[in-house]
Amino acid sequence: MDAGLALTGGFADPPVMAARAFRAILDAMARPGRIHRLEGAAPPAPLPPAAGAVLLVLADATTPLWLAPGLDTPDVRAWIAFHTGAPTAAPVAAAIALGDWPALAAEQGFPVGNPEYPDRSATLVAVVPTLEAAGARLTGPGIAGAARLNVPDPAWHAANRRRFPLGRDCIFCAGDRIAAVPRSTIVEAG
Amino acid sequence: MTGTDYTFAYLDEDTKRMIRRALLKAVAIPGYQVPFASREMPMPYGWGTGGVQVTAACLTPEDRLKVIDQGADDTTNAVSIRRFFQRVAGVATTTRTAEATVIQTRHRIPETPLTEGQILVFQVPIPEPLRFLEPREPETRRMHALADYGLMHVKLYEDIARHGAIATAYAYPVTVAGRYVADPSPIPKFDNPKLSDSPALQLFGAGREQRIYAIPPHTRVVSLDFEDHPFAATKAAGVCALCGDDASYLDEVIVDDAGGRMFVCSDTDHCAGRRAAGLGPSAAAGAAAARPPEHRGAAAEAAVCAAAGPARAPVPPDPAGGQHPAPEAAG
Repeated sequence: MDAGLALTGGFADPPVMAARAFRAILDAMARPGRIHRLEGAAPPAPLPPAAGAVLLVLADATTPLWLAPGLDTPDVRAWIAFHTGAPTAAPVAAAIALGDWPALAAEQGFPVGNPEYPDRSATLVAVVPTLEAAGARLTGPGIAGAARLNVPDPAWHAANRRRFPLGRDCIFCAGDRIAAVPRSTIVEAG
Repeated sequence: MTGTDYTFAYLDEDTKRMIRRALLKAVAIPGYQVPFASREMPMPYGWGTGGVQVTAACLTPEDRLKVIDQGADDTTNAVSIRRFFQRVAGVATTTRTAEATVIQTRHRIPETPLTEGQILVFQVPIPEPLRFLEPREPETRRMHALADYGLMHVKLYEDIARHGAIATAYAYPVTVAGRYVADPSPIPKFDNPKLSDSPALQLFGAGREQRIYAIPPHTRVVSLDFEDHPFAATKAAGVCALCGDDASYLDEVIVDDAGGRMFVCSDTDHCAGRRAAGLGPSAAAGAAAARPPEHRGAAAEAAVCAAAGPARAPVPPDPAGGQHPAPEAAG
């Protein structure tokens, strides 16, 4: 573990850069399938810059974080601890879950909220190899007609959508790009 | 830093993160009211503290902000919030709807159609549409959980039984994306159709009540009604005395002590834009003549009233100045 690595790679000007990054995340969540660029974060490998930026914008000491084994390196842990202060937690307690898609999809325990408080659910920050406007067909709130996104696992999203208004919301990260698929989106294999 | 000793957009980063997480959940669950830890703002509850917090969490230095109060850019609430963000965020501001990227509004949706690059932030006094029917929060929460909205339909039915029509004229309840019934804030029901399938993202902030909710773009929003009493967006039968528009939402302004009155556009930017384009009360007469007969009487009357208005009492130099008293109960 490189102790110096943990201290660098945050936003250079946090209020402004977090604001710009949040607007990109908000637009991604409001328009499922739309791909945005997230810049300004330089987390240690194997965490992509976009996932680092999402954590800097959303994670803090009040958001328990679950780290998938593939990303759970000492460097990543130290970087997250220094820049966000988010405590790591078991899946059932996670507000944010970070990992590659297979690890997130395999884990059943993330909160989906409850009927009175469907917002008390996990946000899955999924690291994927690529993001492109092709593949699965997305429809629902935020989408005029239909959108396409190479969502890795349409069946998972279909099961997630069946629970609506409960469910988990996904932010996909590839390099410095993100796209989101909230629980409200209907995902059909393309 | 903005050079004014405030962090960008006033709120500390922890607070913004909390609001931003609530906003994302609100967008993911359209129409559901997400609780958030509303902060005290340097303005009283009722002056838009919820809207201000949502705007602060969304603003970037590149944004151009417009703030309206009942459609007007130049009333106390709008001016003070616009100056607030000029000072604490250093953002550009505008009164032109088409030029704005973020619009904070109290109780109107602009007449100019919104576009994809825009966010509309509503100030909300009472976010819970069922609150006046059921005061207990655990009960209304359960009703939302079960999508048990029968009580709301009973209320609308009682309106019909009593008045012959649904008497609710503002804060008219809507179903968002087929699931949650939401309060669109006290916008006139004239504006309700604009909520549906809007290209812009619509965010709602209630500061005192500590709730945030959202209508994503291109989301179906249906005003509650009955098959035999369908929803109808209504406005005063008249034309704007200043720009002659017969399709925009009108405010009625009392102009003297003798019962003199005039109708003017509620949306000052819309009205000013039409007047800058050379449209005026004279065009109203033409518009009135072109209207269907059942409307011609009222429209012509308003046009006459407008023509007579300046003779009876001077038209205030700023038509919006007098028509909007200090805001009341805007979250």
